[in-house]
Amino acid sequence: MHPALSVIFFTTTAGAGYGLLMMLGVLAPIGILPPDRVFGAVALALALALVSTGLFASLFHLSHPERSWRAMLQYRSSWLSREGVAASVTYLPALVFILGWVGVGNTSGTWGLMGVAASFMALVTVLCTAMIYQSLKTIHEWHNSLTLPNYLMLALMSGGVWLSALVHLFGIQAPTVDAYVIAYTAIAWGLKVAYWNHIDTTRHPSTRRTATGIRARGAVRLVDPPHMTDNFLLKEMGFRIARKHALKLRRITHVTAFAVPLVGLVVALVLQGPVAAGGAVVAALSASFGVVLERWLFFAEARHTVMLYYGEGPA
Amino acid sequence: MTSLPQNETPRKLGLVIDLDICVGCNACVTNCKEWNTGGHSAPLTDLHPYGRDVDGVWFNRVHTFEAGSGRDHRVVHFPKSCLHCETPQCVTVCPTGASYKREEDGIVLVHHDWCIGCKLCAWACPYGAREFDEDAGVMKKCTLCIDRIYNENLNDADRRPACVITCPAGARHFGDLGDPNSAVSRLVAERGGYDLMPELGTQPTNKYLPPRPRRDHAEATGAPDLLEHLDEEDQPGGFLGWVDRLLSR
Repeated sequence: MHPALSVIFFTTTAGAGYGLLMMLGVLAPIGILPPDRVFGAVALALALALVSTGLFASLFHLSHPERSWRAMLQYRSSWLSREGVAASVTYLPALVFILGWVGVGNTSGTWGLMGVAASFMALVTVLCTAMIYQSLKTIHEWHNSLTLPNYLMLALMSGGVWLSALVHLFGIQAPTVDAYVIAYTAIAWGLKVAYWNHIDTTRHPSTRRTATGIRARGAVRLVDPPHMTDNFLLKEMGFRIARKHALKLRRITHVTAFAVPLVGLVVALVLQGPVAAGGAVVAALSASFGVVLERWLFFAEARHTVMLYYGEGPA
Repeated sequence: MTSLPQNETPRKLGLVIDLDICVGCNACVTNCKEWNTGGHSAPLTDLHPYGRDVDGVWFNRVHTFEAGSGRDHRVVHFPKSCLHCETPQCVTVCPTGASYKREEDGIVLVHHDWCIGCKLCAWACPYGAREFDEDAGVMKKCTLCIDRIYNENLNDADRRPACVITCPAGARHFGDLGDPNSAVSRLVAERGGYDLMPELGTQPTNKYLPPRPRRDHAEATGAPDLLEHLDEEDQPGGFLGWVDRLLSR
């Protein structure tokens, strides 16, 4: 699948924003994060900025953004529509929660409940995003039960590393945050390894034979394509990445998305002061880069059944 | 409404494509473009039509496949257009309601004024039936020539899809596949018509008829399958051998 930059930008930035919101909305009401108004303003502003720029980027993926309100209508059948509804609804409790934390300096009681509600809606939005991909039977690399947990844990991890960085930069004593984010990163890494293992060892049930129904003996081969230049289908669905390049990019993803952040977060957890803050910031920057690379690969490695008609895939 | 019709559609209009007959002439491709660039989905935009990178929207394209080798070798011309599935995954993923399946005849259409151009329907279609119009910014697809088949200004004979009407070989048939007694349904039953990628559960309405078994082997006529091979050692001696060697020099 063609890795469109607007979709990669949307899913990674909004994912990090929703991950951050998920943590803030729960950790502040239960008292792990203090109701510090400046810290709350910066952390919530970062979360909403990531979410909002991500959503804005997704509109650029559309040819008719002026009609995008229509995308809320078909929530009964479409995961993309559900994502739009969930993303919009999330703003309501999130804004009330901001009012409580930043305006009143209170993250308990009803204000806290609004935080938990915002956290829950952020979770629902990320699950809807993941289901857009997981529900497509045409793409083996997406239509498997690892897509959804991967999206969820990468959102928590990529939002969590920024929370950890902010906590240390503000000098707040909250080692629990580091411990949570270390756990998220380890789980996300494990899931990504399982995902890559899954797509390397299994394949889509469709073949050129089932796609064409040609029952002659031997492999079905394309002799003559229907057009000489790339059409919409080949530009959108025909993107290919060489195996050796994919493996190299996977290795860079292992290091930048998971290994470096884990080391940085452990440094942040066990040490104190500027060294700990430095570790957390390095973890955040490295993880953010790594997740973009991971998302690029998620698209680049995905293969669509339509390419069977262009002579690719199993015979 | 991108939810599918709750009950089975009373009619299931669709095509039956005979791979035994298709000669890959591309007349259906051309007439489809000709009709539809002025019809319901007009225009079928062409980008750089006279340039190096020609691109454009087509609803019907012919791929040519081969399989097997030697006497089992087959070349199959394979026209492909929207299959108007009974459970079209392109419809249910649409967030706006622009994609829909008609309750009365099962035709899958796009309401172009509602389409936001997210392209998710094209990702959901296993067959590559939907093509995006870069110029209009909306998704377009085969309409089964809805503006022909219900057009009361045309003769009965002309109320058929453009691809069907133009096929010089008679490889394309149009009809109601929901009626087991229709000509197309009988054809499918007789010839073993099949679905493309049945494993994906799309339940296509359009059916393909397989090439008939070949009857061009000598065996089928009772003659020897192959003539005896003449080896080097079996070459004639004597006068004929001398002439053969002389002429082979």
